[in-house]
Amino acid sequence: MATVVGAITVSHVPAIGGAIAKGLQNDPYWKPFFDGFPPVREWLARVRPDVAVVVYNDHGLNFFLDKMPTFAIGAAAEYRNADEGWGIPVVPPFQGDPALSWHLIESLVAEEFDLVTCQEMVVDHAFTLPMALFWPDQKWPVRTVPVVVNTVQAPLPSAARCYKLGQALGRAIASWPTNERVVVIGTGGLSHQLDGERAGFINKDFDLRFIDSLVNDPTWATKYSTVELVELAGTQGVELLNWLVARGALPGKVRQRHVNYHIPVSNTASGLLLLEPVTTEGAV
Amino acid sequence: MSRQPVPGTVIFDGEQARKGYALNKMCYSFNDAENRAAFLLDEEGYCGRYGLNPGQREAIRNRNVLQLIEAGGNAYYLAKFAGIFGLDMQDIGAQQTGLTKDQFKAKLLAARGA
Repeated sequence: MATVVGAITVSHVPAIGGAIAKGLQNDPYWKPFFDGFPPVREWLARVRPDVAVVVYNDHGLNFFLDKMPTFAIGAAAEYRNADEGWGIPVVPPFQGDPALSWHLIESLVAEEFDLVTCQEMVVDHAFTLPMALFWPDQKWPVRTVPVVVNTVQAPLPSAARCYKLGQALGRAIASWPTNERVVVIGTGGLSHQLDGERAGFINKDFDLRFIDSLVNDPTWATKYSTVELVELAGTQGVELLNWLVARGALPGKVRQRHVNYHIPVSNTASGLLLLEPVTTEGAV
Repeated sequence: MSRQPVPGTVIFDGEQARKGYALNKMCYSFNDAENRAAFLLDEEGYCGRYGLNPGQREAIRNRNVLQLIEAGGNAYYLAKFAGIFGLDMQDIGAQQTGLTKDQFKAKLLAARGA
């Protein structure tokens, strides 16, 4: 059966794409952010996952408000990036894994997670930038399955529901009859707010508590309503729902392999966390 | 609980989504370079084609983010509008909070704490 080899959760601020394009990785503003990634790249090179399931929120590239799914999943052979309006370079296409996508769809719908299924899908910066941070040569060594969570238009799925989706996703991966190694990636957050008089809101105490909870007490954040999460983490900080899905996919106890937290990237407190299941056989 | 319980914050819910539909649809069209160019050539005509109401048109004319939010704009879609003018998130944050860009950046840095 397939194995979830780990979960990586990371911020996905568009400005990262601009910094990559301009080669600013060693610029004093950006260095503390980019310096977080080598340990994750080394882990990926060692563990060599075959597939990445990427949990993120679309920002108005694939989905408009005419049809806004609460949860959606890609089932395409290929996913392309496209212009989002601010001129960050488009990255090379990603190979999909339709067989795994349909296995996940069968398993998740059987567990009463009724996702929208997408045989055509473009992927935005929330999908592409984490991939470009993990594999800077942009020669993607993994097949991919995008999972999209609505963090855009309230009502959002609850934190508890997102965590349970992650658990169901983990079970679905574990029942895939192959020997494939799957990494689950959750993107977005941490605390930030782009809009309103409260723009610029960052909550370091909450972010650090949230990161810590994912290691030892993963349902901690599920006690909050999504409006409470907006209050604690900001209107876009609520993207941490994607982190909860990714964390939920890891069964049992986890080990923190790496963490980085930096304020600010653009208007955002950036976070990076790599978790591994304690029981992973063949972990190196 | 009131519908908008977080001070300084408009949660983009069904009411905002209905109010802002035309505005957000126009901003969604700015994913395409051709549409961004068409908007710049004839702003009023472009707003008209998407059926923006007078308040939305005024907010667009004023490039005023708080007015755009009041008119139903969603942050992720408004970012595509701001992108046309090369405004980044600190420009937008500064405008909404009444700070200079440097003051807004200092506010972000202050979140690091001691």
